Amino acid sequence: MHIKGNLSKFERMEEGSQITEFGKVFIYLVVGTLLVLLTLLLGKLLSPKKPTAAKQSTYECGEVSQGSSWIQFNSRFYVIALVFLLFDVEMVFIFPWTTVFGSSELIAADGRWGWYTLVEMFIFIGILIVGLVYVWKKGDLEWIKPSPKIPALQTTIPQKIYEASNKKNYQVRPFGAIPTQTAEPSKVQENTAPKPAFKPKFITKGS
Amino acid sequence: MDNHKQTADGGIIVAKLDDLLNWARLSSMWPVSFGIACCAIEMMGAMAATYDLDRYGVFPRASPRQADVIIIAGTVTFKMADRIKLLYEQMPEPKYVISMGSCSNCGGPYWQHGYHVVKGVDKIIPVDVYVQGCPPRPEALIGAFLELQKKISLEKNNINKTLKKNATTS
Repeated sequence: MHIKGNLSKFERMEEGSQITEFGKVFIYLVVGTLLVLLTLLLGKLLSPKKPTAAKQSTYECGEVSQGSSWIQFNSRFYVIALVFLLFDVEMVFIFPWTTVFGSSELIAADGRWGWYTLVEMFIFIGILIVGLVYVWKKGDLEWIKPSPKIPALQTTIPQKIYEASNKKNYQVRPFGAIPTQTAEPSKVQENTAPKPAFKPKFITKGS
Repeated sequence: MDNHKQTADGGIIVAKLDDLLNWARLSSMWPVSFGIACCAIEMMGAMAATYDLDRYGVFPRASPRQADVIIIAGTVTFKMADRIKLLYEQMPEPKYVISMGSCSNCGGPYWQHGYHVVKGVDKIIPVDVYVQGCPPRPEALIGAFLELQKKISLEKNNINKTLKKNATTS
């Protein structure tokens, strides 16, 4: 068989090339890196640089940054986030399951399909619930509450006055039922003074 | 030079470095995504599907470090003025300012009784293009960008000086 004779020009060239497939990936990487470096170099050469104190300062949406960013975060968020992620992923599995579970075609093919998928999903959720129970038992779901020292005020006013004030019920007046006081017509004075109208004035400089 | 001569039949375009830089700058004017008042709604309209400012290379950036233009779209209160000034300072050169709408042009409806309004953003930062209107329509903002493109295309960059300076410092 003369397969070689039927090869196109391109294929024959490929056969003789010295670069392996990984070599092509290497060239790709080198050219990619060089292009990025060239762009950075061009930017470095061509861009005008006028650094000022304000320009070098940290960008915080126009605010002047305050304090250090090296502060402590409470680690309880970490565990809660992990547990949340676990059950979030569970939802991702349940949603496609519902479409297969309710598929009328598959149920028509075999009546036991519905029961089979339902039991399977309960096994899946059961395993995850074991995980939840484990986390609960370990006490990872307990929120570490701060115990602040509430300062006690030194006053001579007894505490029960405050309590009485807190328990006091205020009567709410019914809305809209305010009796209107009608003045005698003789006493009503006609307001003849002209209303102060808005008149924009052009302020000249120096005035 | 007409296009035929420029390409020299070989697909090569000959240009001055100055023109090339200006062309690059005017084709990708990235504004800071920054709006203060109602003019910002028109600005968003200009950037959204109907007017599509992106076809001029105008694409909002979330950081002044990547931005070329700041659109002052709205009422500049005294409280905001400090922030605007800092944002403008934090933008890299070259930077341009578009003052959009009456409020940022001159104080607008607050020019007399607005105790809290800066009477024109040009009192705190230099403005390149003023857009009139209260608020201006998106077409007006697009017009402002076209005017700014004209301005940038005529700029002298003094590229030799920059090159020399960058070569010595780096």
